[in-house]
Amino acid sequence: MKSYYDHIIVGNGVAAAGTIEGIRSTDGEGSILAVSAEKHPVYGRPLISYLLEGRTDREHINYRRDSFYADNGCEVLYGERAEALDAAGKKVVLSTGEQVGYGKICIATGSNPFVPPFEGLEKVKNKLQFMTLDDALALSELLSEESRVLIMGAGLIGLKCAEGICRRVREIVVADLAPRILSSILDDECAGFIQRHVEKENISFLLGDTAERFEDGKAFMKSGRVVEFDILVLAVGVRANTALVKNAGGAVSRGIVVDTHMRTSLEDVFAAGDCVENLDISSGTGKVMAILPNAYAGGFAAGVNMAGGTKLFDNAMPMNSIGFFGLHAMTAGTYEGQCEAFRGDDGSINRLYIKDNLLKGFIFIGKPERTGVYTYLIREKVPLDSIDFELFRRTATQTMFSHDERGRRFGGVV
Amino acid sequence: MKRIYVNEKWCLGCHLCEYNCAFAASGSSDMSLALKGRKLYPKIHVEEGSDRITFAVSCRHCTDPMCMKSCIAGAISKEDGIVKIDRSKCVGCLTCVLACPYGALAPGENGIMQKCQLCTDNICGEPACVSGCPNGAIVFEERD
Ligand SMILES: Cc1cc2nc3c(=O)[nH]c(=O)nc-3n(C[C@H](O)[C@H](O)[C@H](O)COP(=O)(O)OP(=O)(O)OC[C@H]3O[C@@H](n4cnc5c(N)ncnc54)[C@H](O)[C@@H]3O)c2cc1C
Repeated sequence: MKSYYDHIIVGNGVAAAGTIEGIRSTDGEGSILAVSAEKHPVYGRPLISYLLEGRTDREHINYRRDSFYADNGCEVLYGERAEALDAAGKKVVLSTGEQVGYGKICIATGSNPFVPPFEGLEKVKNKLQFMTLDDALALSELLSEESRVLIMGAGLIGLKCAEGICRRVREIVVADLAPRILSSILDDECAGFIQRHVEKENISFLLGDTAERFEDGKAFMKSGRVVEFDILVLAVGVRANTALVKNAGGAVSRGIVVDTHMRTSLEDVFAAGDCVENLDISSGTGKVMAILPNAYAGGFAAGVNMAGGTKLFDNAMPMNSIGFFGLHAMTAGTYEGQCEAFRGDDGSINRLYIKDNLLKGFIFIGKPERTGVYTYLIREKVPLDSIDFELFRRTATQTMFSHDERGRRFGGVV
Repeated sequence: MKRIYVNEKWCLGCHLCEYNCAFAASGSSDMSLALKGRKLYPKIHVEEGSDRITFAVSCRHCTDPMCMKSCIAGAISKEDGIVKIDRSKCVGCLTCVLACPYGALAPGENGIMQKCQLCTDNICGEPACVSGCPNGAIVFEERD
């Protein structure tokens, strides 16, 4: 390690990979250092459940080829943390106590799992989070065909964990304080539809319920139920990891505040990924969106700008494609305005949210085909009176656009 | 770089491009053996609108591909302008389907994504949809 790098990246997830590629798209020379608390090269974090399920493996979970860091001339400090940021002195302090200077720095520290202060939690021996490859590997070690697993949290992470392990364990109970599963992205009807599908497996739910206290192997729920378990997975929620910027005096709200260049309020300090708040163009509000597409795109933009180029990340919005046992739910944007809803003959749920002549958001369950056309309508704010509304309501097709518009979209390089 | 373009005026809606695409991917030399009685997974599809509009859609090989930036597995990359997928990394999450503005991506057999790579991944040499189009509606050429 040198005492100075042109570019330092704190974190080594997908936002960091985007930053590295963004820097190198603009500056082939400058030195780059990535400080990586995890001991692994960048991997697809959402794939950890697929790893447990056997749908990927240790080799294929890697987000980039083996020579990625070497090809990009990027040094990586594995298993080390940046403990403090000295923005005025343009230095970071590492967990070893060493200090490293930088020209530009990108904070790509992701999110931390949020663990509520459950009484007696310390008495539970087999408890894990489900955030990292190491968490997944540790969980895999603990599992057996006899295991009873209690998962606290029926959000995306808790449910993906359940899907990943359900065929390897005896039974799974998923508990959540919210009255429905996936409560941040689905309403009651949609959530119920997916819940019934998931319940066909050895997975049951305790909703509107949470643990009052724990003993080893036992959760005493608010409802009075007692859940006996062998393994406890805590997946209640995540919080943006903002500490470095906050402690250095930078602007932080629920996430690190950045502009469309991914600059924080501190000079030469950029940030990207789950740790930041971006403007959600579908709602017009600042949000921590914590999804991988935004992590990559924000990181890439940060990298270009750090290297002296110009790249805006100004079209962030929530979007999730989540599948459970073959049933796919596609969601994007904000659910505000008037809802055009219909059930397909195949039972699929289709919802389009319309306001001020614009598509603002959608939920499609069981019909994922070509949904990106709707994502495009939200993102590009296409006036709905410029397209064939009847076709738009029924199916995602290019023929909803006018002949001229189709010619423009398909007639040249895009 | 040469890309596939469709002239909507000449598209007959015959769906032959879909057959030629699936046949090219099969690696077989006998079309009926390769396709007959099977469910096809072509990487180009014909869309039909009102007023008898038909229009074949395949990957645009975008300058700034949303699918690539969105892929949770890092399975999509760009090489010499061609947007490619490493199917051994894909887990079939369909995030790319949600991201593609052109609705050009669809999973293949077993739910794993596949995509048009301009027939560089088979022995055709030139895109099969183009050479097989009976009305010259699909072209492979350089445009701005
Ligand atoms: C189980 C699971 C399933 C998911 N599924 C999906 C999905 O289907 N679709 C989707 O879009 N998103 C999904 N996500 C979210 C997605 O993984 C994140 O949005 C994405 O990984 C964010 O990337 P990042 O680089 O910002 O942060 P991270 O991937 O969290 O990387 C941040 C890294 O920084 C390290 N770090 C933190 N602080 C320091 C420090 N001080 N010094 C050094 N290193 C530090 C951390 O250890 C971590 O390795 C899922 C997440 C999980 C856990």
